[in-house]
Amino acid sequence: MKKVPERLIDENMLRVDGRRWNELRPIKLEVGILSNADGSAYIEQGRSKILAAVYGPRELHPRHLALPDRAMLRCRYHMAPFSVEERKSPAPSRREIELSKVIREALEPTIFLELYPRTAIDLYIEILQADGGTRCAGITVASLALADAGIPMRDLVVACAAGKVDGQIVLDLNDVEDKLGEADVPLAMMPSLGAITLLQMDGMLTVEEFEQAINLAMEGCRQIYKLQKEALKAKYTAIKEEVETQ
Amino acid sequence: MYSMVISRVRRRQIAQLIAGGKRLDGRGLTDYRKIKIEKGVIEKAEGSACVYLGRTQVLAGVKIGIGEPFPDRPNEGVLTVNSEFVPLASPEFEAGPPSEESIELARVVDRGIRESNAIDLEKLCIIPGKKVFIVFIDIYVLNHDGNLIDASAMAALAALLNTKIFNYEVVDGEVEIKPGFTQLPVRNYPIAVTFAEIDGRLVVDPWLDEEEVMNARLTLTFDKDGKICAIQKGGSGALTKEQILEAAKIAQKKAEELRKLVVES
Repeated sequence: MKKVPERLIDENMLRVDGRRWNELRPIKLEVGILSNADGSAYIEQGRSKILAAVYGPRELHPRHLALPDRAMLRCRYHMAPFSVEERKSPAPSRREIELSKVIREALEPTIFLELYPRTAIDLYIEILQADGGTRCAGITVASLALADAGIPMRDLVVACAAGKVDGQIVLDLNDVEDKLGEADVPLAMMPSLGAITLLQMDGMLTVEEFEQAINLAMEGCRQIYKLQKEALKAKYTAIKEEVETQ
Repeated sequence: MYSMVISRVRRRQIAQLIAGGKRLDGRGLTDYRKIKIEKGVIEKAEGSACVYLGRTQVLAGVKIGIGEPFPDRPNEGVLTVNSEFVPLASPEFEAGPPSEESIELARVVDRGIRESNAIDLEKLCIIPGKKVFIVFIDIYVLNHDGNLIDASAMAALAALLNTKIFNYEVVDGEVEIKPGFTQLPVRNYPIAVTFAEIDGRLVVDPWLDEEEVMNARLTLTFDKDGKICAIQKGGSGALTKEQILEAAKIAQKKAEELRKLVVES
């Protein structure tokens, strides 16, 4: 068992991992890292490590599920057995089934599904290591994988959580803060459209605190949005350099 | 949500009415349907309640068992919430493993009860680290006409308020049941309020046809002090920040009204 810290914010107003209230964890993004997938991406956000891959649009099986006027987005959020402290059974848990649903609903609004009737777009999110905020990081990395697959989108979807820890509204909770904190508000949005596509909360917040948390989470999203765009560009800069040196 | 086919004419009619502040069934945008709550409908269950929300009908039953606590919470009882979309409730429901919607419903109801600390779980400890009471809440959807979340949250709370635990005595590390019952310690009353977003407008307590037409769904659960204890957005559309904050204001008031109904029923 891990040691439980007594306080989550110290006298210098620093959090357990040394961050200030409005600071994100360090984020590393990579696009196009799996050769078989039509699109793929990888994210490290603090100690959370997540892979996402997209297959499709492709033929949908079983066929009777096909939608006559649009593509069906299917999403699987899955945690590796070794991703958490105690081994997690690889069978999908109720939590994973719920998260697969809300992540799908967070991404559907951005995709022009009507361009690919009768097909399936399959999205797989594998949590290799979990340290809090995996649904949000999963959405951030999944929208990069969708973009990498060349699927037409209205905007990138980016997600980030805000929450309440030791009485203070903070950005991007890690695992300890999520478990011991007072509230967690994960939020996903399409920044250029100002549209919120995922919103959940658990914990206890007044309406005023909730508004602060939303504003903070949206600010976090805007910061990650910049990194997402850089990561997409980086892939093509790398290809360009490779071609030019040949 | 459940891929029920609804004609374009009806879709447009619902949306146009809402744009003008009206609804197809005559309600205002922030009106609930008629609510009826009956407690103690199943004698074999330690607690039960049936909620009628318009034509939506949900039955919640509470069973009390004895089991082991979670290792990280040795002094607390265990709460589990499960829901069943029984096939007799809708032509869209099928027997078999729980659907995504059913799991989401149970988890949203669970979150409201858990995060508001509605049940004093420490009072449900029998022998620390070894034996605790387990509270099983099973939500049974009997007729689906929309807004299952609010109906289920009310049914679960009403059933908890109606729950009695058998008296017991610990003899040599074994639990012996004694005559008589004690009320389950419930100290908070979480109430869920759900909105549907249809063509940019929010409506409270969507019925089935409105759920078919909606872009997005938003549920806010408020505790007895007017604090938010759970939120869930659903549906494959988006919401703006302004819509969410407007919903929070409306829901805070609505939760107050509904809470009275549930507690006083």
